[in-house]
Amino acid sequence: MNRITLSYGGGGSLTHKLITELFAKAFKNEYLDELDDSAVFGLDRGKYAYTTDSYVVDPIFFPGGDIGKLAVCGTVNDLASCGAEPKFLTAGFILEEGLPFDTLEKIVASMGKEARAQNVKIVAGDTKVVPKGKADKVFINTSGLGVVKKRLKAESVRPGDKILINGPIAQHGLSILLSRESFGFGSSIKSDCNSLWPIVELLLSAGLDIRFMRDATRGGISAVANEVAQKSGYSLRLFEKSIPIEPQVRHLCEILGLEPLDIANEGKMLFFVSGRDTDRALEVLKKHPLGKKASVIGVVAEDKKARVLLKTGVGGEKVLGFPVQEPIPRIC
Amino acid sequence: MKYVDEYRDVNKVKKLADMINSQVRRPVYKIMEVCGTHTASIHKFGLKSLLSKKIELISGPGCPVCVTSDGYLKNSLKLAKNRNIIVATYPDMLRVPVEGGSLEAARSEGADVRGVNSALEALDLAVRSAKREVVFLGVGFETTAPGTAIALEAAKKDKIRNFSVYSAHKTIPEALIALGRDKGLALDGFLLPGHVSAIIGMEGYRSVAKKVGLASVIAGFEPVDILLAILKIVKAANVGATILENEYTRIVTKSGNKQAQRLLKKVFIQTDSIWRGLGVISGTGLSIRGAFGGFDANKKFELPKEKVDKALAGGCLCAEVLKGRITPQQCPLFAKRCTPLSPKGPCMVSREGTCRAYFEFR
Repeated sequence: MNRITLSYGGGGSLTHKLITELFAKAFKNEYLDELDDSAVFGLDRGKYAYTTDSYVVDPIFFPGGDIGKLAVCGTVNDLASCGAEPKFLTAGFILEEGLPFDTLEKIVASMGKEARAQNVKIVAGDTKVVPKGKADKVFINTSGLGVVKKRLKAESVRPGDKILINGPIAQHGLSILLSRESFGFGSSIKSDCNSLWPIVELLLSAGLDIRFMRDATRGGISAVANEVAQKSGYSLRLFEKSIPIEPQVRHLCEILGLEPLDIANEGKMLFFVSGRDTDRALEVLKKHPLGKKASVIGVVAEDKKARVLLKTGVGGEKVLGFPVQEPIPRIC
Repeated sequence: MKYVDEYRDVNKVKKLADMINSQVRRPVYKIMEVCGTHTASIHKFGLKSLLSKKIELISGPGCPVCVTSDGYLKNSLKLAKNRNIIVATYPDMLRVPVEGGSLEAARSEGADVRGVNSALEALDLAVRSAKREVVFLGVGFETTAPGTAIALEAAKKDKIRNFSVYSAHKTIPEALIALGRDKGLALDGFLLPGHVSAIIGMEGYRSVAKKVGLASVIAGFEPVDILLAILKIVKAANVGATILENEYTRIVTKSGNKQAQRLLKKVFIQTDSIWRGLGVISGTGLSIRGAFGGFDANKKFELPKEKVDKALAGGCLCAEVLKGRITPQQCPLFAKRCTPLSPKGPCMVSREGTCRAYFEFR
């Protein structure tokens, strides 16, 4: 089997081969084609969003995605949640010596596919190979640059704003957990790993009064809700019954004793929308395949205690805190 | 989900809560939920918000990690530092602080400590690691003890010489008697632990009913279960009746799981046991019988005898919390110097721990 050796990261002919025959082909675009030390491009006047994230998920292939797709979606979503249209990405790879070459090919192809689908260009990159055991198969860092269409801040949310989500929660974290641990039962839970710019763009271009949005990744919607409560100063009320969750996910969380609100998503965004635009926003979301199961899950309250209150399914009420610790290691 | 959703029915829950509140005749009802899973459920579903403030739900000592003594933890650390030993433990135990360290800290310094979900998983580990010694930390009540017993029986049968158990297993009923007699607590009733009851059955509490004469109700872990049990306790308390009832009939029988009981008797012998914060409670320990002596880590590694803890380190009030004398918020360390990420006492570590439950649902 063809495997990655240390020479692939050595800067010599094998590195060159890797760049020209694998990366440049898979990510092909006019900026990358120049194969210069940096990507060179012009920018119009305006505001830009710029972000970076590293991906170390274990396992690298999981139901519903892989580390490559995740590395594109995750960074695209960080831009999207700031109201920015993703334009350019860079990709840095840290490869473990001995990684099968076709594994890398699959990951890179998956990145290229997702980038093309999102119309975002991977314009620069880097590869390092470390000795066996010094990394786990492959780690990827991506950075992303986007053009801000509408600058949104958590401080802008107001009492009466409604909180919407584009679909069912906890799928990513649970699919990773199940593909790593064998609890002795099969499941078909897939990660929700997806780029969210398309639905964000739909909402922004519909002329709706969107106050804020944030993708609910690690820490789940508990973390996002608490973050917004703290930044805005207002308390949020969430209604457990309205939070979409697939039956299989709910049942497994029940069996494993996990709180689905704390579990990571990779394709879910919380939208804070002014009360009067809620119905229209929901309508817009539901038209898109990634928002079919969208739902209004809560409301921004009058009180300025900056807490998140959850109306439980049985009618009780409790404070929903920040998740204390990650229930599942290395999920992204 | 069958057997779950019907016990979370919002209308039934409301009706029960209303019934309980309409029964309130006294300034206070003190009900102890013995099991950590009850504590977690009460918080998870926000049940306190539905009940009259006069109903005080007090968390008892039913979190296995929390009642494990410092002496036991010190010995576990000692085992972990022996490079020929793999310590296999329920992951809850990893972060319990002792002497400024923990099993997790020992692991980061090179000790081989593995998280397992059952005693049999630890036995498997021993089979796969023939050149090393595997010691399983046997903690927990009648719920986890049968699992340990099964592993010990299998180890003996298959002659797995590199496997042993360090037992801190405890039994519940005698501890309830001690708490029920505590004048400072002045309890009205016990919400009896559903899981333990599945093993020991309703019969297992006869001595409790006889000796402390409170209202005790075995309860499941869903909202309807818990509220039904509270309703029965409040009604009984109103007329000063001693009751022992079983609300959790879909799981708990009168005589319990006889097979598990036989196995416990075969492998373990009742001894005295040290409970963190509560001291020695006679007849609540499960020590490994001589016939299984070769698998008793206590003997195999000649561990020093555990001593009763003196005051807990750093001003931690775990002992008072475990006895239900204070709520976690009344401890000066709570949510300040003591958090789940940097716990000062075991009650903040386990998800079943009282402080942890209060912290998460604060």
